[in-house]
Amino acid sequence: MTRLKNALTAGAQGLYLTIFSLVGSIVLFVFSVLSIAFMLLGIGLFTTPVVLTAVRKYADAQRARAAAWSGVDIPVPYRPLPAGLRGGVAGQVERCTLMLKDPATWRDLQWLLVNMTAGTVVAILAPALLPLYTVYGLVLALGVWKPIHEAGGGEWYAFIHVTSQSTANQAAALGVAFFALGVLVNTSLVRTHFLLARAFLAPTPAMRERELARRVDRLTETRHDAVDNSAAELRRIERDLHDGAQARLVAMGMDLGTIEALIETDPAKAKALLAKARQDSGEALTELRDLVRGIHPPVLAERGLGDAVKALALRLPVATEVDVELPGRAEAPVESAAYFAVSEALTNAIKHSGADRVWVDLHHGDGMLRIAVTDNVKGGAALGAGSGLSGVERRLGTFDGVLAVSSPAGGPTMVTMEIPCALS
Amino acid sequence: MRVVLAEDLFLLRDGLVRMLEAFGFEIAAAVESGPELTKALAELEPDVAVVDVRLPPSHTDEGLQCALAARRARPGLPVLVLSQHVEQLYARELLADGTGGVGYLLKDRVFDAAQFVDAVRRVAAGGTAMDPQVIQQLLSRHATEQPLGALTPREREVLELMAQGRSNAAIASQLVVTERAIAKHTSNIFGKLGLPVSDDDNRRVLAVLAYLDQGR
Repeated sequence: MTRLKNALTAGAQGLYLTIFSLVGSIVLFVFSVLSIAFMLLGIGLFTTPVVLTAVRKYADAQRARAAAWSGVDIPVPYRPLPAGLRGGVAGQVERCTLMLKDPATWRDLQWLLVNMTAGTVVAILAPALLPLYTVYGLVLALGVWKPIHEAGGGEWYAFIHVTSQSTANQAAALGVAFFALGVLVNTSLVRTHFLLARAFLAPTPAMRERELARRVDRLTETRHDAVDNSAAELRRIERDLHDGAQARLVAMGMDLGTIEALIETDPAKAKALLAKARQDSGEALTELRDLVRGIHPPVLAERGLGDAVKALALRLPVATEVDVELPGRAEAPVESAAYFAVSEALTNAIKHSGADRVWVDLHHGDGMLRIAVTDNVKGGAALGAGSGLSGVERRLGTFDGVLAVSSPAGGPTMVTMEIPCALS
Repeated sequence: MRVVLAEDLFLLRDGLVRMLEAFGFEIAAAVESGPELTKALAELEPDVAVVDVRLPPSHTDEGLQCALAARRARPGLPVLVLSQHVEQLYARELLADGTGGVGYLLKDRVFDAAQFVDAVRRVAAGGTAMDPQVIQQLLSRHATEQPLGALTPREREVLELMAQGRSNAAIASQLVVTERAIAKHTSNIFGKLGLPVSDDDNRRVLAVLAYLDQGR
């Protein structure tokens, strides 16, 4: 019974796929070819990215259906467009070129051709076997053959020439056989349709290899950055300790020695030195506290990212609104990177851009930690070398995180960051 | 006066016990972890608790959370919280119930035994002891805004000490002026900030702190 139900469902799916493949593929193929041809006239430069994006959306719809209906997983092969493409005509040309250089684009177009032909044929077999042709055979046998025959229509049902009740009965019997066949093969037919799509829409081994090579390059680069960063950090900490707390403790020890010598001969001087020693110890503590805040802020350790950013906002000289929606805590290194990224973005907004109102939004969804820092400055921020944001970008890169700055003239400036991570 | 003390570092705990005993406090319990603190606060009913923010076993803000929970169970339970760092965020949480009997100080403040003990006594009596760093952070954010910008430097000084929880007498002796002079400054400050004048020291401090923290 479930088999029959599955076969009927597959029949309906096949009918849908037939229409979807035929209409969609033909329209998109024609538009793609025209658009690429019109590049000679210049118009194509503007229409091609739009059409190709539509093709990708169409292919993505096919991918989604393949997974949902037949459990066929078709990976997405498109190369990601680099962040921060220029606007205007130059950016459009760049986008168009990048898309045309992507081999996946050309494979998409091949797929459109295959989909409107072989794909359609495979898809239409399913609804044809079950239930359409079966029903037709039965209808013929019920007497409909007669008017058709009398009107001079030499009706063929598959290989049977229907000219009498007996041949019509044979057609009905054949219809029942088709029915049985449909029950057996309908789901496989739909699956075949999707496998055909996978042959073109999934990345080829060569493409996958190139993608892996690109990823290795990127990992090598970010690992170098991470190692450099942490080495520089350690040097800074060493210097701060050496020149700060350590030096103060040495001074304190010296003072204590002097106090020991003076305590009986010159109690007044000893008392003054004691006060100085106490002051030194207080200053050493302050320096250590600041150093600790720079390494790993205490609130971050105690409460996690959300409260640490709130505490940070409270220390700022300008009104800062913090909106946190984190149902758990990320891993410590991710939290730390995110914290310092927010800290840098805030410093940037306040010190360099002179904002007097800042909004921070932290939330987690789809396996991504998303952070937005928005200020009310009238535009002008960029990922320049001196902004400190390029350092943040490198640091986030270690975690496959990305950073983008949007700063239209007239404001507001918004720094967004995304770090893939799980919360616990 | 009976004290429950929670501090995980042995040296500091030992030092605090000796200091408090030297100033005539009775140490009801000196514990080193959050669960022990919760138990001691519930069973021993101390006059005041001195608590480190970060305690084992979690080494997060366990001490603060235990103290806040104990205050929810017994409103107004005097708690003095100590930490290696002070955060406005935590100060706000401690002050949120508006009942007073709250202290929040850097650990460095134990260097000055007399002032530290004064803070413990003040908190035990239902008063407030806020670390100067917390107050400076609060003030610096509003420094250029009106009406805080309209305060004279002297008034600002008085406001700072008042917000820390000091009484008029204590402020007068620190600034080496008469108590009458301080009373005058105080009423000027309250006038400029538009706060209702109150004779009750605790109420006064809480009003000032709430004013400084508003809209943040």
